[in-house]
Amino acid sequence: MDLFEYQARDLFAKHDVPVLAGEVIDTPEAAREITERLGGKSVVKAQVKVGGRGKAGGVKLAATPDEAVARATDILGMDIKGHTVHKVMLAETAPEILEEYYVSFLLDRANRTFLSIASVEGGMEIEEVAATRPEAVAKIAIDAIDGVDEAKAREIVEAAKFPAEVADKVVNVLVKLWDTFIKEDALLVEVNPLAKVASGEVIALDGKVSLDDNAEFRHPDFEELHDKAAANPLEAAAKEKNLNYVKLDGEVGIIGNGAGLVMSTLDVVAYAGEKHGNVKPANFLDIGGGASAQVMANGLEIILGDPDVRSVFVNVFGGITACDEVANGIVQALKLLEDRGEQVTKPLVVRLDGNNAELGRQILTDANHPLVQRVDTMDGAADKAAELAAAAK
Amino acid sequence: MAIWLNKDSKVIVQGMTGATGMKHTKLMLGDGTNVVGGVNPRKAGQTVDFDGTEVPVFGTVKEAIEATGANVSVIFVPEKFTKDAVVEAIDAEIPLAVVITEGIAVHDTAAFWAYAGKKGNKTRIIGPNCPGIITPGQSNVGIIPGDITKPGRIGLVSKSGTLTYQMMYELRDIGFSTAVGIGGDPIIGSTHIDALAAFQADPDTDLIVMIGEIGGDAEERAAAFIKENVTKPVVGYVAGFTAPEGKTMGHAGAIVSGSSGTAQAKKEALEAAGVKVGKTPTETAKLAREILAG
Repeated sequence: MDLFEYQARDLFAKHDVPVLAGEVIDTPEAAREITERLGGKSVVKAQVKVGGRGKAGGVKLAATPDEAVARATDILGMDIKGHTVHKVMLAETAPEILEEYYVSFLLDRANRTFLSIASVEGGMEIEEVAATRPEAVAKIAIDAIDGVDEAKAREIVEAAKFPAEVADKVVNVLVKLWDTFIKEDALLVEVNPLAKVASGEVIALDGKVSLDDNAEFRHPDFEELHDKAAANPLEAAAKEKNLNYVKLDGEVGIIGNGAGLVMSTLDVVAYAGEKHGNVKPANFLDIGGGASAQVMANGLEIILGDPDVRSVFVNVFGGITACDEVANGIVQALKLLEDRGEQVTKPLVVRLDGNNAELGRQILTDANHPLVQRVDTMDGAADKAAELAAAAK
Repeated sequence: MAIWLNKDSKVIVQGMTGATGMKHTKLMLGDGTNVVGGVNPRKAGQTVDFDGTEVPVFGTVKEAIEATGANVSVIFVPEKFTKDAVVEAIDAEIPLAVVITEGIAVHDTAAFWAYAGKKGNKTRIIGPNCPGIITPGQSNVGIIPGDITKPGRIGLVSKSGTLTYQMMYELRDIGFSTAVGIGGDPIIGSTHIDALAAFQADPDTDLIVMIGEIGGDAEERAAAFIKENVTKPVVGYVAGFTAPEGKTMGHAGAIVSGSSGTAQAKKEALEAAGVKVGKTPTETAKLAREILAG
């Protein structure tokens, strides 16, 4: 889960990483009072989870409380690279900035550990610095058990060649930032820029934090960090039902068991779509192994409720779960939906393979549901689903 | 032969007495796996009856090893306790720990992986969030259905459980030496490269099928390894060409970040290393078939 800047700022503050005062609002009027509290002026910053907002006009200085209201009015509702601005953060104006640095901790998948990246050339995307001036970017591996103490932080500071006069302060920031990384179960904590200001202080002016959804069991507070406003309504409904669903922009609804098989199903449907009016998969939905009729019904309900869907492809490989159970699940799910008063009008193509496939197929044949077609290979079924979606377009 | 698991493997189950552990211990025993014990400190000294097979429960992994000579542990404990379970297995120096549990916090995985390193990597870890490993006809450790395929000469390594099953099914008439699901989390124990190296050295494996998916660069690194070290034919498949950037597709590690981790880049890297890459699982199976037919 990627956080907004204001959420990152709050987490930094919680763990004593030095930040400027700031508050988030979603209506412009509130900007006046907050700006007064911040000393009469503020920086109005669009809260979007995408880079380049400054260039897009999403960050403005307000010299008076009235101006802050005006700027907040401009920015709220703005579209930045496809992201609508629902919130702005009003931040204390930074003292004169003398230098801009970069520091982060992140997951290093390749080396199966954590990594620190640091540079004295902050303020722009670190990828850009790494591409043009790789010698200006220090990367230090962090042992997941030993972590970052003062000595390790000093090693990072030396590797990135931070100036001597800020070294102690950056060491302090790194230790606190590591604290944030560990205690919040983060996948990324990034400060960019970390600014040296006229007073000599070093302050985190902007930051990115990404948290591990799998760690939610020990962080009940993660729940309120979810961006409910931005979530697609279908994704939100699926999440309510504990379904692993991602909305995509095609026409063929997909249900399958197992993340790998479902990803593969999306690809196979997209290939088939090349021959059928370029239809594409409408979603990712993994109902997992051993899914009951109830889960199948919940999944079908989400997919049939997607106005973009023209046909549905149910692709199941019976592993431990037998295909006859899956077939019964599909038949019961359709009945459940009809009992709930749902109008099921979109054609379903079902492919069952694996454990007890013959029995499962027979159940579907016997049920003889007018909307359900059986195709017994994955590629063949994808082709049929794409063809039906194209015909209904 | 086969890799990492054979008929002589003695298996203990950490979390055997939970619902998932019970279900899969029964299935593993049914597939002929030599399950010699379970571990649960609160039920130590008891035995559990699986259709007439009495399996003793031990208080710790160490006690289980001492009593039974176990050399494999399969871990079904809930995600909150998985790190401690793996650390216990590492401390007991069991040669192979297979972590089935899904939904483990990545900081926990990073910690037990680092711990294994500090203890001299005496324990090979497979997973987490994986279906396990099967050497058909000899032993089955995890949740892979035992009856999909028969013993044969194909080695399979995959990030995905269901694609493992799909591929085993497509090539069931030829059969497999060993199939190993390494899991789809951002940090995993054994990698594609570890399995490729083992299959290359295994005299009972003639061809290797490697299944990858979006996220990270494990497939690219595997491609580089194949180019330098693998002389046996390798057939590949990569899932997730249509996955959008920035969205996690089911597996915690399956995410395209910016321009990195794409299926296209992985396919290209594998092809550049001489791996034949199928467009669909069925086409991939066909490629394997063609190579084996000569």
